[in-house]
Amino acid sequence: MKQLRRNFLKLSGGAGVAAAAAAAGLLKAGSAWAAPWNKSAFESKAVADALKGLGATNLIESKDITITAPDIAENGAIVPIAITSKIPNTQNISIIAEKNPFPLAASFDISAGSEGYVSVRVKMGQTSDVRAIVKADGKFYTAVKEVKVTVGGCG
Amino acid sequence: MAEPMKIRATLQGDTADVRILMRHPMETGTRKTATGVVPVHFIQSVIVEHNGKTVLDAQWSQAISRDPFLGLRVKGAKLGDKISVTWTDNKGDKRNDEVAVSAGS
Repeated sequence: MKQLRRNFLKLSGGAGVAAAAAAAGLLKAGSAWAAPWNKSAFESKAVADALKGLGATNLIESKDITITAPDIAENGAIVPIAITSKIPNTQNISIIAEKNPFPLAASFDISAGSEGYVSVRVKMGQTSDVRAIVKADGKFYTAVKEVKVTVGGCG
Repeated sequence: MAEPMKIRATLQGDTADVRILMRHPMETGTRKTATGVVPVHFIQSVIVEHNGKTVLDAQWSQAISRDPFLGLRVKGAKLGDKISVTWTDNKGDKRNDEVAVSAGS
């Protein structure tokens, strides 16, 4: 997979050309470089569609998922969120800010070499539930925490 | 060209606490200026490797904050192990940086 990416870059003579090629729709083929970007899930405007895009069905509420996020975020442009999953064999952690224009913020594929922990900063348009989706052994687990946003960060 | 990342990997027991700070505008495609809407421009993929083995493969949307931060913990790490981070954005721009795991405080 990596080799392919290198070849593509060589062929296109660098990132500048690749950016130009994006307009020509070449980047659609290019998004298959790494694990393909989950377009259907990320471009969903509804939480249900995003979940469908992730293939997440039959969500199980779990107390083994900890969402570390502020109760009140003064600046919606930077909301620190950390997700810890104590579920064995955690394969994927996804973060959904339910009321964002595109709810799915990030999806992390976790291999055996990494703990079930990720920490990022996300933008939130308004007060909303933040939902963590954890995939482990083919099952999907979830947890929710509300974050109050004083000034939205999606402008 | 993309600016370098700041990466810190410190050993805590046999786990490396990795903190990455990237430099990227992360435009949502909805922000307006006097000249019109700023086109969408954001990091789509981040791959973290530990001694050449992928430990985290992240896909992001434009909802990640500007100058993104990413924290993770790598199991079974030793002093001097290589932690390599590569991101790719929606314009095909990319950046790779590497650090060695250092002793924790």
